Amino acid sequence: MSAFPWLTVLTALPVAGAIAVLGFGSRNKALARRLALGFSFLALALTILLWCRFDSTSGALQFQQQVAWIAALGVEYHVGIDGLGLLMLLLTSIVVPIGMLASWQIQERVGLYFSLMLLLQTCLFGTFTALNFFHWFVFWELSLIPAFFLIKLWGGPRSTAAATQFLIYTMVGSIALLLAFLAIFLATGKFDFIDLAQLAQSGHLMPTVIAKLAWHRFTPRHVALILFAGAFLGFAVKVPLIPFHTWLPSAYTEAPTGTTILLTGAMSKMGLYGFLRILLPIFGAQMQLVLTPLLWLAVATIVLSAYAALAQKDLKRIFAYSSINHLGYCLLAIFAVVKFTGGDADLTAEKYAAMNGVFLQIFNHALTAATLFWFVAILEKRTGGLRGLNDFGGLRKVVPVFTGLMGIALFSSLGLPGLNGFVGEFLIFKGSFPLVTWATSLSVLGLLVTAIFILGILQRVFSGPLNEKWAILPDLTTVERLSLAPAIALMFVVGLYPQLVLGFVNNTVIQIVQQLKF
Amino acid sequence: MTWIVQNLWLVPVLPILAAGVTALAKQRNRMFAASLAIGSLAISFLLSLCAFAHVLSLSSQGLETRQVVDFRWFQFGSEWLKLGWMLDPLTAIMLVMVSFVGLLIFIFSVGYMEHDENFTRFFCFLSLFAGAMLGVVIANSLLLFFMCWEIVGLTSYLLIGFWYHKPEAAAAAKKAFIVTRIGDLGFFLGMMWLYAQTGTLLFYDSGAGCLEHSALAALVAHVTTVGMAASTGIALLIFCGAAGKSGQVPLHVWLPDAMEGPTPVSALIHAATMVAAGVFLIARVYPLMSAHAGLAGPLVPTTALIVVTWVGAITAVFGALIAIAHYDIKRILAYSTISQLGYMMMGLGVGGVAVGMFHLITHAFFKSLLFLGAGSVIHGCGGEQDIRRMGGLRKSMPITFLAYAAGMLALCGFPLFFSGFWSKDAILDAANTWSVSKLPFYLGAFGALLTAFYMTRQVYYVFGGKSRLPENSSETAHTSHASATPHESPAVMTVPLVILAAFATFLGLVGTPAWPWFQSFLSGTRTTLHIAAFADPALLSVMLSSSLLVFLGLGLGWWFYGRKPIEHADAPDAVGQLQPRLFSILGHNFYVDAFYGATIVRLNTGWSRVCDWLDRWVWNGAVQTVSHLVLAFAWLDNFFDTNVVNAGFDEGCETVSRGGQVLALLQGGRVQSYLRMIGGALIALAIFLLWGATR
Repeated sequence: MSAFPWLTVLTALPVAGAIAVLGFGSRNKALARRLALGFSFLALALTILLWCRFDSTSGALQFQQQVAWIAALGVEYHVGIDGLGLLMLLLTSIVVPIGMLASWQIQERVGLYFSLMLLLQTCLFGTFTALNFFHWFVFWELSLIPAFFLIKLWGGPRSTAAATQFLIYTMVGSIALLLAFLAIFLATGKFDFIDLAQLAQSGHLMPTVIAKLAWHRFTPRHVALILFAGAFLGFAVKVPLIPFHTWLPSAYTEAPTGTTILLTGAMSKMGLYGFLRILLPIFGAQMQLVLTPLLWLAVATIVLSAYAALAQKDLKRIFAYSSINHLGYCLLAIFAVVKFTGGDADLTAEKYAAMNGVFLQIFNHALTAATLFWFVAILEKRTGGLRGLNDFGGLRKVVPVFTGLMGIALFSSLGLPGLNGFVGEFLIFKGSFPLVTWATSLSVLGLLVTAIFILGILQRVFSGPLNEKWAILPDLTTVERLSLAPAIALMFVVGLYPQLVLGFVNNTVIQIVQQLKF
Repeated sequence: MTWIVQNLWLVPVLPILAAGVTALAKQRNRMFAASLAIGSLAISFLLSLCAFAHVLSLSSQGLETRQVVDFRWFQFGSEWLKLGWMLDPLTAIMLVMVSFVGLLIFIFSVGYMEHDENFTRFFCFLSLFAGAMLGVVIANSLLLFFMCWEIVGLTSYLLIGFWYHKPEAAAAAKKAFIVTRIGDLGFFLGMMWLYAQTGTLLFYDSGAGCLEHSALAALVAHVTTVGMAASTGIALLIFCGAAGKSGQVPLHVWLPDAMEGPTPVSALIHAATMVAAGVFLIARVYPLMSAHAGLAGPLVPTTALIVVTWVGAITAVFGALIAIAHYDIKRILAYSTISQLGYMMMGLGVGGVAVGMFHLITHAFFKSLLFLGAGSVIHGCGGEQDIRRMGGLRKSMPITFLAYAAGMLALCGFPLFFSGFWSKDAILDAANTWSVSKLPFYLGAFGALLTAFYMTRQVYYVFGGKSRLPENSSETAHTSHASATPHESPAVMTVPLVILAAFATFLGLVGTPAWPWFQSFLSGTRTTLHIAAFADPALLSVMLSSSLLVFLGLGLGWWFYGRKPIEHADAPDAVGQLQPRLFSILGHNFYVDAFYGATIVRLNTGWSRVCDWLDRWVWNGAVQTVSHLVLAFAWLDNFFDTNVVNAGFDEGCETVSRGGQVLALLQGGRVQSYLRMIGGALIALAIFLLWGATR
């Protein structure tokens, strides 16, 4: 364990950047952009440094820092990461520079825009490293504020409504979550995730809660389920799970595309992080009780969102629904692993596979979705904001390099072997199939429909006779090619050598799965 | 383990690397791209020959011919997921065939695509295809097989849509990808199931592989809830993938449309190699397809194999029937390919790996020959593809004609001298002795008659009579030099044709009943020349009857199309005149596409609209309702406040204040009013007292 407070420094770094950008860059737009990008690269470098110092052979928490804060309330400043935390930090650090590069064309209040982005990054780092509910929840809620303003102030024509819906919707979820945790705190006096997980694992958590909270009208089972429902709602809205997703299409579509990248790349992962860090260890038994409806919801999320994407005409809306679809696979696998929690050794391997698949899919979705929205931003910059499926046609003739690179990203999203998307989906299906056979078999339909709408994009935007309106559309510049190249290259690298990611998450996966015994 | 087995991975990787380099290179380096692609595939071909020689020497020494190399890919939990490659007779034969045919077609393409602006892109995709296809062939893991299989599908997509500015090409590419992916989903599920049941996806892993005895025994013994053995369920799911890729009914609809791609692509991908990959898949997992309770016994028609046979037999006749009524030179060949793929599946079903694979190999040569010949014809006619407007090419394109005739006779199965005869005869012979039903045999024999007929028709249309090529026929021209006078193609195109023609003619001799070298090589046994095998009466009768059917087909073709030369491009088809309604049904492909368009495609679109509607109005509607309810509650609250709470309070206040106003009058501070009041009071008092006194 390192004595140097790496995680605190990492969390504070973007705030420092935000202040610097506001201070120095309020007049000079170019300076503000470069400064912000510089800070985001600094954060990336720091995260990679963490990765190098991270001990992949252990699934335990590392870089821990624990300081007493408000002792009377059980509040401590407790941070630390395992493979899951590191994965989240890495993808946040990758997604934020992409979001900034995709926001390069923003002209109004540039300093404020980029400092809000950095602020959002701090909130994400804070959420992914916190191990105490108190400051975890502060970061969790705080992240809504920069996101709200980013959508509202720089968004499309209906951005105010979208931002408000986004804020209130997620707030409702958060309040339910807060209430659940307050109830648990009242009973146990603990806010620490690790302590609570241990209590839950030893089977003492819910009896304590039920004994302390004298809700006589409810049976103990119902109390536990109500608390679970509260926490579940908070995360289900964030991921999102159908039918708690309606804020997402309009928020993703109305937000400036650079912000959409952050929303889908990093913020949607907050929900999954909550599922993995909080719901599975603490509420695993309750999840198992209502598994069947949860599985149906996951299947509905996968299939309905894919079909909804097929009906859209706006590229950003298509990718928004496609995001729901891709994260639906993660939820399917998360629900699948709580199906059998006995000591059956045969199924343990399947759970490892499913969980590793979830982790990999989280990373892949962040990379692929961020890159796809980036391409949309590049297109919007050239067309003055047009991004409808029917606005184009035959673009491959005038922008072959753009077509080729976006084609790679699209096929990565489709799950083509050799690119990153495939391995995660393969592992999820491999693990889930023996655990929840019918739900998994139905979910395969999502893979087919995804192929249909992705090929539809390729057909309608890039093929066919050239729409003469775009006869002089400029292809990617050298700078754009160079900045896109690492993202595209990473798709190939992860697709061919997934051990790069799985290597450091596998031991955490083993830890999470082994904790699931109730 | 020898060098070639250890380094067999180079065979697929070299073309893939070439594709990567070409993709990054500048578009202008045409010769660089072509030579890189051809060079890398040539090295792959040489390595394949080494591998073939190695297997040959092993089998001649009587040693175990299957050798595998596995490697770790990634770790999950405590186990490693392993991939690997293998070298066995099946792999060796496929490797040589794919790289050799591929090489010839690459060379042909240099001439055919000479004028195309995306020349380098074309070779990039072709190289990627060749690499992925070779990967399919050497894979020792169902997962690696599936991965390469999907990349093969991608390159097929890219190459069908190569002339992307044509909307039909873009639509055909999408259709090909989606229809094959429907089959692939079955394949994917089958793979998941197999993995769950056996715990491995390696085919052979020194006893622990999923195609080896212990795994198969467990699969056969495991009975699912619907009463079907797990092995049958998995085999049928995997067959879905094979049916999609190999254009079996009812997933055949993409293959004719795939002819929108450049002709060398049709030859390589949609005739010789990729579409045969489905057949190869069944051959590869044959131990699973044929798994039954008594594992070691002779070939038993298992449920899976029965399904394969019936699908194959139906496809064989179905494709051949439709081929009769088409006018597009490539579409006729495409339906012929579907029909022949049906034969291969049927061969696998009734006769085993060797029977199906033998036809696969011979078909690869003669069908790629026919496609390249068609390409040469199209090239020579300035892009014309309609056989009604060709004619007379026998004289202007003699080399192409001779090569095409060889391919045509091989496809028809002309007795004794052409490869198709031997391979088709092996299938019919096996079908004749099939224990389940005799019907596939009759279907196959009928298909042979039809094949001879439609090929004769095509050849008479294209090469017979006089040229019917109109002046300036450039409506479908993709090459810039549309010319009215047909001309022979350059040597870079005709030399591959001649080589393929030689193979199409003589290759059958390696698998005759008298010297079944091919069959014994696949099974790892040795063979000797044994002329007496022809004396078997059952075999002889099958050979004779199939020969008679071929002659009948050729004769009918001559009767309808060769007797009188076709005079005009607009002249009605001879069979079409005889049976106009039937001909029209065949010309519309039995309305399968229309049927799918009216049902599945419409259902899919409708359902996506429903989902969108659900999203906009139901889910979002629920949320909006809640938010409106909150707003309504707020309004009610406000209303209550203003009109009840506030109003009551206000009313009270006003009453008090009015009372105050009234009372304030009393306290006006004016002396006169005080006096007036005192006066009034005095009077009242006086009256009161007076009134009381009078009582």
